[in-house]
Amino acid sequence: MSAWETVIGLEIHAQLATRSKIFSGSATAYGAPPNAQANLVDLGYPGVLPVLNAEAVRMAVKLGLAINARIAAQSVFARKNYFYPDLPKGYQISQYELPIVAAGALDIVLDDGQVKRIGITRAHLEEDAGKSLHEGLPGVTGIDLNRAGTPLVEIVSEPQLRSAKEAVTYMKKVHTLVRYLEICDGNMQEGSFRCDANVSVRPAGAHKLGTRAEIKNLNSFRFVERAINYEVARQIDILESGRAVVQETRLYDPDRGETRAMRSKEEANDYRYFPDPDLLPVVLDEALIASVRATLPELPDQKAARFASQYALSAYDAGVLTASRELAAYYEEVVRELAQEPKLAANWVMGEFAAALNKENLEVGSGKLPPARLAGLLRRICDQTISGKIAKEVFETMWSGGASADAVIDAQGLRQITDTAAIERVIDEVMARNPAQLAEYRAGKDKLFGFFVGQVMKATAGKANPAQLNELLRRKLAG
Amino acid sequence: MSDWHTSTLTQLAAGLRARKFSSVELVRAYLDRIDASQAALNAFISVTREQALADAAQADRALAAGAGGALTGVPIAHKDIFCTQGVRTTCGSRMLDNFVSPYDATVVAKLKGAGAIMLGKTNMDEFAMGSSSETSYYGPVRNPWNPQLVPGGSSGGSAAAVAARLVPAATATDTGGSIRQPAALCGITGLKPTYGRVSRYGMIAFASSLDQGGVLTASAADAALMLREMAGFDANDSTSVDTPVPDYVAALEQPLAGLKVGLLREFFDKGLDAQNEQRVREALKLYEQLGARLTEVSLPNLPLSVPVYYVVAPAECSSNLARFDGVRFGYRCENPRDLLDLYRRSRGEGFGAEVKRRIMTGTYVLSAGYYDAYYLKAQRVRQLINADFTRAFGSVDVLMGPTTPTPAFAIGAKTSDPITMYLNDIYTIGANLAGLPAVSIPCGFVQDLPVGLQIVGPHFSEARVLNAAHAFQRASDWHTRVPQGYA
Repeated sequence: MSAWETVIGLEIHAQLATRSKIFSGSATAYGAPPNAQANLVDLGYPGVLPVLNAEAVRMAVKLGLAINARIAAQSVFARKNYFYPDLPKGYQISQYELPIVAAGALDIVLDDGQVKRIGITRAHLEEDAGKSLHEGLPGVTGIDLNRAGTPLVEIVSEPQLRSAKEAVTYMKKVHTLVRYLEICDGNMQEGSFRCDANVSVRPAGAHKLGTRAEIKNLNSFRFVERAINYEVARQIDILESGRAVVQETRLYDPDRGETRAMRSKEEANDYRYFPDPDLLPVVLDEALIASVRATLPELPDQKAARFASQYALSAYDAGVLTASRELAAYYEEVVRELAQEPKLAANWVMGEFAAALNKENLEVGSGKLPPARLAGLLRRICDQTISGKIAKEVFETMWSGGASADAVIDAQGLRQITDTAAIERVIDEVMARNPAQLAEYRAGKDKLFGFFVGQVMKATAGKANPAQLNELLRRKLAG
Repeated sequence: MSDWHTSTLTQLAAGLRARKFSSVELVRAYLDRIDASQAALNAFISVTREQALADAAQADRALAAGAGGALTGVPIAHKDIFCTQGVRTTCGSRMLDNFVSPYDATVVAKLKGAGAIMLGKTNMDEFAMGSSSETSYYGPVRNPWNPQLVPGGSSGGSAAAVAARLVPAATATDTGGSIRQPAALCGITGLKPTYGRVSRYGMIAFASSLDQGGVLTASAADAALMLREMAGFDANDSTSVDTPVPDYVAALEQPLAGLKVGLLREFFDKGLDAQNEQRVREALKLYEQLGARLTEVSLPNLPLSVPVYYVVAPAECSSNLARFDGVRFGYRCENPRDLLDLYRRSRGEGFGAEVKRRIMTGTYVLSAGYYDAYYLKAQRVRQLINADFTRAFGSVDVLMGPTTPTPAFAIGAKTSDPITMYLNDIYTIGANLAGLPAVSIPCGFVQDLPVGLQIVGPHFSEARVLNAAHAFQRASDWHTRVPQGYA
């Protein structure tokens, strides 16, 4: 038992999947040439005004409903004032005192199977900033404002996470959720889903929170885990040597695997928040909230519970299959064709199928191996046309070639031998070729049974039906 | 015809439609008056002669074809706070001396759509911060009634231009009195509409919750004609209000009898010049003769307007002006050493003293530890002032009082004392804090200087306010007086 307790809160920034920006009509698509998607509003030109994107509001409400949060009847946009070249107006429009979503929660499953509820303090709407470019621009700084004004929802957790692992589990849960809700594409490389981690440690059992450091802009689950672990070790080190942790903003350097101070307190900004007079309060009535509620899909937890009961799966299997909406849909398509074998389908979807996707870095929805095809293969295991082992070979051929299971089985002559007479014929040949082993077996060396199974399988290229073979072989060997 | 400049906007529009004269003739005549006056008044920052003449020629073709809108061929000017596509838009500041707007403000586009011809951009206090038009980077505007005096501000260029009949109408903006106060000091009609009635899109922001575009004209009838074209909901301005625009011109002639007029007790205070008060009282007497019923009303929180305003307006301005950072447009200092130096010197060199004073005040009142004591408290008092007005309009149709405490003052007289300068807006700020429509009309002279009567109405009562102003102008001729040398 460690003498220190880790306390972590996450601020997750999810980019909302609206087509246009939160306060302007510019497109939000990723990867356009610098400033090609920045209009006069995004550039903060004199005289321009923001107009709120209603779709962004609906998406935030959707999130709020999915985490059982309070949806504010009235929320207010505020200006966060600071100077930076990638912040065209000199202020970021965000929400401060009155966020659109407050007091929600998400359940996560810990390693020991326990369910832990993580409180979500608030989720608010805000605009993203642009970015500064240095590469290939000697002596000057370039500014790309394509990202400026991109809608974000910032999801702030309570400081209830107790380890890097819990933090990652929680972040993955949020990641799954926003993709289920189709409010964020979840693309972490492109920065669509990232977080700031507030990390502190305190003596185990203490009530008062320790001084925290905020690690900014973590854009992969691995970095979150490593950065927090590094930071926790660093803080414990400081405390154990009798010094004090400094409250500051830190950056994680993935190359060195360490966090570094970014801004010290002396440079800390006073953001001078005040309600943005250019925007009216966002007033949401019950009708609008109800109309958003009607668009909520089956949520990950609901789906996992249904999978477990409907398909008699373990909680673990149900969790894996519902980790993405696409995988869950794929699984259900397979099961629809193969209603009597949901467990077999689960094993194959989580096993061969997921591994094959992973290997080629493909998405479930890539269209490679439609679910009906996989079901076709599994059907041939069920009706004993092929064994499970042969099925894996057939799967690989199907994966690379695109043919149906039956076509592959026929073309390669993989059909399982279930004809008793044919199997007996092979057994007889094998027994005739191995008189010494036969004698030993009959003298009581039972272990040699496996040797004979192997020989028959070899002679039939693995196609003999294993159950039939066992029975026939046992009878024949007995003499 | 050589007396175009003494005609009203309404008459000019009708004359053009009847093809009594051409837009080119009219525009050329006004451009010549602008040129002739510039050295004396400095009312304009930019004059767009060639574009204006080309637009006028096009207007004449439209008129010949029987096409055209309500203002086709009529010359106007825009306060240089409105963005005009392809034309320099300075806001009276060195910061935007090199700024050519890539787009038209909604007001500019609407007036263009109605056929009005822009002759140029008028001078103003820098970023509309001032009550005398002395803080302009382009030098002070002079009052046509006496060039030693200020024309008021911040829309002093527009006011001087209309008073000297350099244009029949000019757009303007009013954050704390910037339309009404120069209207009073220049002897013309100035209308500040209800907050949200006219789009703020493309109007360079000073204090967003108070700024409102409006117009300066020679008469209430002309203001009605202009407002009808300028007003309306704009999807680009979330604070513009989606309510129908009535026909202000058609409403002008409604009878005044029975109009309940409230005299604002707080406006007749010890700061009000006795002779100025006398003119206002005479005007009120005329209203009584016209059938209005006068009662005195009190708005107890109104005297707090000035301190509330000087917290709220600077707070908003400190944030609104943050975009002028030398990075994307406008003034940038020479050879910045680093980012901080770029910010410090671009803003330090680009902004004038009054703008800096307000940015600093605003930054201070929004700072951690001061926000509650200043900004939040000011907003609460603002609510009280609002409530005072609402209560008053429960018993009267409009409120009346002086527009300013005194007639025009000398250039330089108040520049060293900001508080005295700020107190010039003591009677006008209330309408901004409450978002109410208000008009200032000329109601006489004090030592050969015009003074104004202010009429304030409930939200979206522009038709009523203009109707009251028009009735007064039908019964008086103060609004037809033109300063010597410009008649």
